Parts: sequence; structure tokens; C-alpha cells
Amino acid sequence: MKKLIIALAATAATLGGFSGGAQAADKTKVCFVYVGTRTDGGWTQAQDLGRQQVDKTFGDKVETPYLESVPEGPDAERAIERMARSGCALIFTTSFGFMDATVKVAEKFPKVKFEHATGFKSGPNLATYNSRFYEGRYILGQIAAKMSKKGVAGYIASFPIPEVVMGINAFELGAKSVNPNFKLKVVWANTWFDPGKEADAAKALIDQGVDILTQHTDTTAPMQVAAERGIYAFGQASDMIAAGPKTQLTAIVDTWGNYYVKRTKALLDGTWKSEQIWDGLKDGILTMAPYTNMPDDVKAMAEETEAKIKSGELHPFTGPINKQDGTPWLKKGEKADDGTLLGMNFYVEGVDDKLPK
Amino acid sequence: MLEAILLTIITASTPLVIAAAGELVTERAGVLNLGVEGMMIMGAVCAFGAAHVTGYPVVGLVAGILGGALFSLLFGFLTLTLVANQVATGLALTLLGLGLSGQIGESFVGIPGVKLQPIVFPLLSDIPFVGPLLFRQDLTFYLSIALIIGVHWFLFKSRTGLKIRAIGDSHGSAHALGINVIRTRYLAVMFGGACAGLAGAQLSLVYTPQWVENMSAGRGWIALALVVFASWRPARVLAGGYIFGAVGILQLHAQAFGIGVPSQFLSMLPYAVTIVVLIIISHNRRTTLINTPACLGKPFVPDR
Repeated sequence: MKKLIIALAATAATLGGFSGGAQAADKTKVCFVYVGTRTDGGWTQAQDLGRQQVDKTFGDKVETPYLESVPEGPDAERAIERMARSGCALIFTTSFGFMDATVKVAEKFPKVKFEHATGFKSGPNLATYNSRFYEGRYILGQIAAKMSKKGVAGYIASFPIPEVVMGINAFELGAKSVNPNFKLKVVWANTWFDPGKEADAAKALIDQGVDILTQHTDTTAPMQVAAERGIYAFGQASDMIAAGPKTQLTAIVDTWGNYYVKRTKALLDGTWKSEQIWDGLKDGILTMAPYTNMPDDVKAMAEETEAKIKSGELHPFTGPINKQDGTPWLKKGEKADDGTLLGMNFYVEGVDDKLPK
Repeated sequence: MLEAILLTIITASTPLVIAAAGELVTERAGVLNLGVEGMMIMGAVCAFGAAHVTGYPVVGLVAGILGGALFSLLFGFLTLTLVANQVATGLALTLLGLGLSGQIGESFVGIPGVKLQPIVFPLLSDIPFVGPLLFRQDLTFYLSIALIIGVHWFLFKSRTGLKIRAIGDSHGSAHALGINVIRTRYLAVMFGGACAGLAGAQLSLVYTPQWVENMSAGRGWIALALVVFASWRPARVLAGGYIFGAVGILQLHAQAFGIGVPSQFLSMLPYAVTIVVLIIISHNRRTTLINTPACLGKPFVPDR
């Protein structure tokens, strides 16, 4: 019985507490707060791979405790504060919903440095960081237009927030740069995470005649359906090739690790500053999974576009671009500014859907 | 096209019908188990694991049933033997199930699953339209229909069913008549757990053959609601499950077709339509009251 109690206590400690191992005074603590579990197969798993990269890169110099499954809301503040009190030098809070909690704790602990993912509130010791996912989606659109026989792709979307709308538009713009008549059907699943519903949405789109699928939801279920029905699809957040070895054309892979290593290095050098960072393909914060299951010329095109985006020669949102109803948005050669992109609430021409408001 | 839509609807509705059929028996015995979601997810992880290890999806199916039933035993022990509060224990069971399944399934994430293949009836499956819908389905679909018919027969035509309903309506009287209330309730709880486990197995072996944490995504709660809105009648559970599944799939098609109705409204439709239809079906207050287990959720301690 005593053994059982000890075992239970140990389990409880690992489940609820820090899992970073023994503490050593000379180690710098770089801490992470996750909204999901490390094995969710999507967003948080990608975050945790980033943490592991920090661990590997700095070895003995740094330790990386983390908290899993922290709910967004009042609990988040408590969790982040607990991290701050435990001696963390730098804390990454990795979900949009942690924004206000991070701001509050950052004000209470001015000596600790904070970084909040995908948010828009910052402070003297609170930086924000985000990834230009739309750059990858533009490439997906180009590949889709080349690979689709029917000229129609299906897009499984989550919630009508600017981030998702921006992705849909980037995909359509990429597709139209190859085939001006390309159509995009959008289905809103109204969830980030529900394998069943995502699979249903995929089936509905395929039954309605799309022959390429892309998704902005978190599980591999749509990829699995695409594989079963024999059409092509794109992976999201993680490389989903295991779910569709003959199906996945490429995937937008979140590779936060490069960013986390960069910031940890800045912390150790004493050059860390509070910044609002929006990195893209060129910074390695997102990566394209290997281009597979496509002819060489399509692959060459995708690689060329990727290179052009990295060099800054190509910005996916460059005019002339019309809004969905045909009214002009950007003049020839004009580029969308970051503010407009981050607040995007309209479709570009060619998207076959009515944007939910 | 219609055939494809109907096939999708069947896959989406089956887990709801199975889990609700089980919970219906549990509640008819007077026990309110809010842990359906937890038992379902435990069934899903056990099924995936067993199918993955052995390579046989049917073994997974059995493991799912056993997993759900064993997990419900924990609920039974706490609420029937220790007389803990049923609502609180049920909620705890859901939370525990979600966490525990995540721990068990940690190494299953990202592994391609084993799909339970459909049973093809020779000749019958070649009938146009009807064949693929009714005679080329996987085992879980046939089990779901058999469950509804079986539960109806069992509750309303068999002697044991009568005892279960008697316990649900008045456990004191049933006890006075010499019926073993606690033992019968244990069995009813385990039947509910087994069904929830089977529903979970359908998720991880048929619906989306893979394991991801929290993959039941609230379906256990839908099943629970179905039982209440179907006023504890098996046929209505079947109807409710299919209405919910059908509207859920049709709204996705409506979106893909581009009818221009806001998607938030369409997403709400399955819930609204199912509730409205079931309320209309069960409009007769008297029969609804008769069908409501009077002792639902009330603790019972045999006094001698």
C-alpha cells in the first residue's frame, strides 16, 4: 500500500508539475506553457519539438521545464505565475488565449522575460512572435492548381479569424497565379480539433467534386480520407506523410525550434530585447515538408517559389488583387501591409464561399 | 452522390446510437452515469491499441467493449457500493477517462490505424443503392441496429427488463419484492460502459482509424442528451441519432455547395433540429412522465 501511495504521488507530481528533471543552480531556465498535450499530433507537439531543440542545442547550460494542458482563462495566469516564481528566466506562452494572462504576470515579474505566441499585446519584458504561415499556403495553392485536374480544391477551415482567412486568400492567390480560373470551396468545421468532423468535412468536399484537399484544422483525419478516396492533400502544422504516404504533396511544418534557439541564445548573450516578431520561411520558423507525389516540373516550380519568397523577391499579397466582389484592393505592384493582413476579414476574388461574420 | 452522403451519415450516427442505447439501459435502472464521454474515449484507446498490437481490428472491437465495461465498473463501485454522488462521480469519470486514455495512448499518436473492413453480403450487396448502404457495412453498424432492437425487446418484453424498469422507477419497492437492486444496477452500468466502449472502438477503428487524444470530441455528451430527449425510448434514440448525424453531414454539404448561409448557423442546426424533432415526438407529457425513471440519479442503500 505504501508503495502504491508513493507511486501515485510520483505520478501526480509528473502529471501536474514540472517535468524538467533535477534543478541545478548554474542552469538557465527557459520555460514553456502549453495549451494542449505534447502528443496532440499538431500544434503543441510542434511547440514541444522546438523545446527539445533548445535542450539539445544548449545541453548543460539550459534546462527547459514545461506545463502541459493549461486551459486558457484564469488558470493560465496561475500557471504562468508559478513558472515565474520557480526561477524561469524566459517563459514562452504558446497559445493565443494566454495573452492577457501573460501580460498580467509580466507586469508582476519585471525581471523575468516573457514571449507570447501569435498575440498582439507586448511590454518592456514581453515580446510577441508569430509565423507567416501564409507564405507556405501560397506555395500549396500553386501546387494545387498544377496537380488538380478539375481546377477545384477543398479547404477545411476552423474559425473565421483573420489568421485563417489570410491562409485561404494566400492559397487562392497562389492557385490563381497558375490557373486564373481556379476555384476554392471552403467548409468551416467550427473546431480546431475533432477528427470525426474533419473527416466528414473532407468527405463532403470530395463528394462535391474537389480533387485536392487542404486543411487548417489539427488532425490527420482529412489526410486519411484523401488517401482512402485516392486524391491529393496537404499536411498542416506537422509533416503528415505517415497518414498518407502516396497522398501528401507537401505540408507546412511549424518549426519553432529555430526561433526558440535564437531567442535563448540572445538571453544567454544578454542581447534579448522585447520585440514584435513575425518571422517567415526565410527565418526557418516554418518549413515546407519534402515535395512528394508530384512530377519534377511542379516540384521545380514549388522550389522556385519558395526560394523567391525567402529572398524577398515575391510577396504573396502583391497587387493587382481584387476583393471577392470584384472591387479592387491592391494596385499593381502594391504590397499588403502587416496590419491589414493581421486583421484580414474579407476574401479575394475566386473563393467560392461566403465569409461568416 | 446521395449514396455517398447516406454512407457518411451512417458512419457519423452509429457511435451516437450505440453509446445512447447503452446509457438508456443504465438510466432505466435508475443510474445517471455522466461518464459516457470518458468511457467512450477509453474504449477508443483500448480498441486502437489492441488492433495495433494484434493486427486484427475485431480484437480491437472486443478490447474496446471490455475497456469501457471495466472503466464503468469504477463508477459502479463508487456510486453503488460507496454511494457517492452520481453526478459528481460521472463528471470525474469523464475527466479521468480523457487523461488516462491520453497516457495509455501516448505511443499510439501518429501511427496509421487498422481499419475494420466492411462485411460484404454476397448477391445482396450488388443491389443498386440499397446494397452498398445496408449490405456492405462494417460490424459496428449491424451491432448498432441489433442493439436498438435488442434493448427494446429486453426492456419491454423480457422479465429481466421489467425488473430493471421496476428498479429505475422505485428501488425501494423493487428491493422489498426481493430484487437485488445493487447487483442489477452494477450489470446495467457495465452494459452502458460496454456500449460506450464499443462506440469508442467505432471511432478509432471505423470513423477515423487512428488515435488522437480527446478524439471523441464531445460525442459522449451528445449521446447522453439523446437519451433524455428521446424520453428513454430505444426507437427514438435511433431516430435522434440519425437526425443529428444527418443534419451534421448535410450542413457540411450545404457549405461546400455554397448556399451562402452563415456557417455558424449551419453548425448549430444539428443540435437545434434534433431537439425540436424529439420534443415534437415526445409531446405527450403523460407518456413522457411514465417513461422517465423516477429514481434516476437517486442513491440507494439496502436497509436490511
